[in-house]
Amino acid sequence: MNNYPQILFKNRRPGATAFLAEYEAGGGYQGLRAALKMAPQEVREQVKAANLRGRGGAGFPTGLKWSFFPTDQPGEKYLLANGDEMEPGTYKDHQLLLADPHQLVEGMAIAAYAMQIPVGYVFLRYAYETCAQNVERAIAEATGKGYLGRDILGSRFGFELHVHRSAGRYILGEETALINGLEGRRPNPRSKPPFPAQFGLFGKPTNVNNVETFANVPHIFTGGAEWYRSLARTPEGAGTLLVGLSGHLERTECFELPMGIPLREVVEQCGGGVRGRRTFKACLPGGASTPFLTAAQLDTPLDHVHMEQAGSRLGTAGITVFDETTCMVAATLNLARFFARESCGWCTPCRDGLPMVVWLLEEIEAGRGSQELLDMFRDQVKNISGRSFCALAEGAMGPVGSLLTKFGDELEDHVKRGRCPIS
Amino acid sequence: MSELLPQVQVNAFRAKAAAIEHPHELIVDALRAVQAHHGWVPDAGVDLVAELLGVLPVEVEEIATFYDKIFRRPVGKRVIHVCDSICCWADGGDAIAAHLQKVLGIGFGETTSDGMFTLLPTCCLGACGEAPAMMIGLTTFGTLTPEKIDAILDGYRNEA
Ligand SMILES: Cc1cc2nc3c(=O)[nH]c(=O)nc-3n(C[C@H](O)[C@H](O)[C@H](O)COP(=O)(O)O)c2cc1C
Ligand code: SF4
Ligand code: FES
Repeated sequence: MNNYPQILFKNRRPGATAFLAEYEAGGGYQGLRAALKMAPQEVREQVKAANLRGRGGAGFPTGLKWSFFPTDQPGEKYLLANGDEMEPGTYKDHQLLLADPHQLVEGMAIAAYAMQIPVGYVFLRYAYETCAQNVERAIAEATGKGYLGRDILGSRFGFELHVHRSAGRYILGEETALINGLEGRRPNPRSKPPFPAQFGLFGKPTNVNNVETFANVPHIFTGGAEWYRSLARTPEGAGTLLVGLSGHLERTECFELPMGIPLREVVEQCGGGVRGRRTFKACLPGGASTPFLTAAQLDTPLDHVHMEQAGSRLGTAGITVFDETTCMVAATLNLARFFARESCGWCTPCRDGLPMVVWLLEEIEAGRGSQELLDMFRDQVKNISGRSFCALAEGAMGPVGSLLTKFGDELEDHVKRGRCPIS
Repeated sequence: MSELLPQVQVNAFRAKAAAIEHPHELIVDALRAVQAHHGWVPDAGVDLVAELLGVLPVEVEEIATFYDKIFRRPVGKRVIHVCDSICCWADGGDAIAAHLQKVLGIGFGETTSDGMFTLLPTCCLGACGEAPAMMIGLTTFGTLTPEKIDAILDGYRNEA
């Protein structure tokens, strides 16, 4: 089925990792060579022109982020790759680093040059030990070939790269918590402003991007911004997207797909349709913090603009599909428990509000609901939304809020019947 | 101290901390090193890390108690982390967790009487395409079935 152009997964082979020789044979480090011939500002402009948007969940335009960076400020500055990837349903950075880790290294070297940053860290979650070893090997190989180090390919620009292994907790993926984590401080998020670009790691200007975001960068310099944009099916999108499939599909694998591909094509062609000839009920389109989409929304193109128009978000493009036998109250309860457990405890709406949401959903799912509890549930959703210190609790309200808007009947039905109507 | 961390690593952390501007950044690494050697991080491990890096014990403790993969209490020889997040849940994760509890004869947070296994829940392991999944030590196992779990556990028991 796979006739989709493979850019990031070009070197991907089952059970194998592409290291330097294979990476170079496939055109690796040509993007860095091309970028080093340009002025840093031109590099930033090209990324802007390519319309690359962050793959870490928020979808912020990467070139714009880089253009806000105080590039000309002398002294220490840091570049961070976010490989925490603990959002349930998300495993694409994992697949990327298992297949072809040099793309991250090359992308970070180009980004470092674009913002004149001398030091970088790759932050990886505890469970990705194999990825950490792959990245360490790629860094050593790249340093040996002069792609990293003091004077990269005779450009007089220097950039060194380190790996940090974390020790668990979803909140480390939030960029300011990640910075505290790297510093060896208790990793609660920091208040913004000041933003990391002004006051980041060790109080210095810091740019954070997702692993997949960096991996896209070299290709923008080998193929050009126009070619990169043209990889997408919609004018709103640009480039390709690593889509990790999970849940009730025949094939739950990670695919590289053109941005803007309709959700239906992903589910039916790539995922092989809903497992066991069952029907599609709903999906989380971009990880655990994105609002549910229903069968009526299957024609939505997978790009940031269309997903938002559909009332959800592209998020991390990890798509979890639920068939018609799934109780959406129970699914939402599972998600709410995740967020409640991973709350860092810093602010009240999240620390106290999320356990309340969990309790309410438990009562309703167990058949002990009432109109009063339903009202309390609506109240909690309204009062947590927009009131938390960081986006974790806001993310939790993604699926929880969409349970109310998309599956309100099912929720009411639990209360009316005094039991779960499905399981 | 050698029981908590081999002398070479003690020396290495001391030297590295003295050479860098921000020794706090080594706290997570040092805690992971103590745990890798000793199995878990006792109070003496927190004190050792603080002493090696020249930071306050409380600064180490507030890190040690934040991360769920740092153990501040004794654990078995192997720690089993079973994923209970959404994709594993959708693919029978509850039954997998129940099977593990049954064959090990313990609940979550407990250690088998022979000291071999500790069972803990974890959030998503980044193996959602191979749900249901669990991690033993640093190794992830996916597409679990009761039979597959029994074989994996036997493998660890035989190696002991
Ligand atoms: C609770 C929480 C968890 C997050 N987890 C991740 C993560 O695991 N990986 C990631 O790249 N971004 C994560 N983010 C988003 C980051 O804060 C940040 O926006 C992102 O790393 C920026 O990179 P990008 O612009 O390339 O997407 C998370 C945000 C929140 C609020
Ligand atoms: S929203 Fe949750 S995770 Fe974020 S700061 Fe508040 S308590 Fe911590
Ligand atoms: S939800 Fe279990 S591995 Fe992702």
